[in-house]
Amino acid sequence: MSQLEIQPDSHGTDHGHDHDHPDHLGHHWENSKQQFEAGKLGMWLFLATEVLLFGGLFCAYSVWRGNHPEIFQYGSQFLDTFWGALNTGVLLISSMTMAMAVTFAARGNRKGIVICLVLTLMGAAGFMIIKYIEYSHKFHEGFLPGYAFYEEPNASHLWLPLEHEHDQDVAHATLETEAHNTAFAHETIDRDEMPLPPPTAEPSVIPAAGTGPDGLTTNELALETAEFAVFLPPSVIGNLENQGPELDFAEHHKPGEVPHLSHPLQDPDRPPNAQKFFTIYFLMTGLHGIHVIIGGVVILWLLLLTLRGRFSKGYYTPIDLGGLYWHIVDVIWIFLFPLFYLI
Amino acid sequence: MSGHDSGGHAVSHKMLIVTCLALLFLTVVTVWASKLDFNELQLPELNIIIAIGIAVVKVTIVGLIFMHLRWDRQFTAFIFVASFVLVGLFISFAMMDTKEYQPEIIQTNSEQVQQMIDALPAAPKSEH
Repeated sequence: MSQLEIQPDSHGTDHGHDHDHPDHLGHHWENSKQQFEAGKLGMWLFLATEVLLFGGLFCAYSVWRGNHPEIFQYGSQFLDTFWGALNTGVLLISSMTMAMAVTFAARGNRKGIVICLVLTLMGAAGFMIIKYIEYSHKFHEGFLPGYAFYEEPNASHLWLPLEHEHDQDVAHATLETEAHNTAFAHETIDRDEMPLPPPTAEPSVIPAAGTGPDGLTTNELALETAEFAVFLPPSVIGNLENQGPELDFAEHHKPGEVPHLSHPLQDPDRPPNAQKFFTIYFLMTGLHGIHVIIGGVVILWLLLLTLRGRFSKGYYTPIDLGGLYWHIVDVIWIFLFPLFYLI
Repeated sequence: MSGHDSGGHAVSHKMLIVTCLALLFLTVVTVWASKLDFNELQLPELNIIIAIGIAVVKVTIVGLIFMHLRWDRQFTAFIFVASFVLVGLFISFAMMDTKEYQPEIIQTNSEQVQQMIDALPAAPKSEH
């Protein structure tokens, strides 16, 4: 039994055994190639799950766009193709520098790896800076996901050049009307889902027949009202949710001032539920942005390991696999770019 | 295989640069193609088909060259392609369901059902 006792120092400085093998090679591997191939297989399986993760969002995108193409056509015009195309270029070039780093690693050129990884890191930072510019612009203009789209924007001085108190009152009234309409529409929907009240048998509750207007009994009248409330068609509900008095803010612009892009709430051509475009836009590009940040951290880690001299011509698996992760980020953006910016 | 013991493949820098230039060119083509108007040809959906087609070509190039699939075992490419096929199946079946969606079906009968009801002969009046 003494042979099975754990010896804490057995794997210390003398490595606990006689045979010779490189530092990077785990004991359970036959050789470096086997270790590399196994690691690569694991990385590719992970990349497949990444594709499936984004696949769910692409499915949501397809269903929403299939049902309401007009929302996507409307929302896409507020995205700047220039920034999107520039970001595509930044990601493609950083993908190239990452692949170059792998080639340098395979040839054992440490200086080349460092230069290429720094360039790739700059690409990641550049992408996030451009995304920051785009996002902050959208937040400022009030293009927000979900119901935030219909809230009173905080940057009203930018796009609501209201000099007179009366205009401000009108604007507030508009937003309130919108809120009331939304509340009413939701109340109606709720009523749809409520079970019918049980028929009451209390004689005192049933009113005398023929007391209602137009020769209808009160009971029939109540039934008609209820029917109207319950069976409101969805198209009407949609209109109620989105209607509001039109405002002509452009007339009240300061002379000589360049008119700002109108907020969608001021736009009479805005399709119902226009916020859905921005919901899926922020969801998908946001998740992709998180991947870019993670990729940047991975590249930074690889850079530090390279500077510490951890890699050699015979061992550079982390650079190769980290590169694969960076390429999948690029692959997903290649699909996102035309689907959001080029409609 | 490049011969050294870790088994990776070293792609020449020249090939990587040419690949990147090709990808940038395809990006320009995508932007240009999105401005084309196919409404005259009664094919408004052609734009999105072209956009997705170019994106698939770009992803194939990234996979083959940047991600070394061209020199890798076929099984690796199989994993990658399979993930896209599964996403394609997912979206296709979801879209089949979406196409059947009739927003008015709860409030009113669908067009087909209403036509069938209208075509029925009037019910005979009850004797009482």
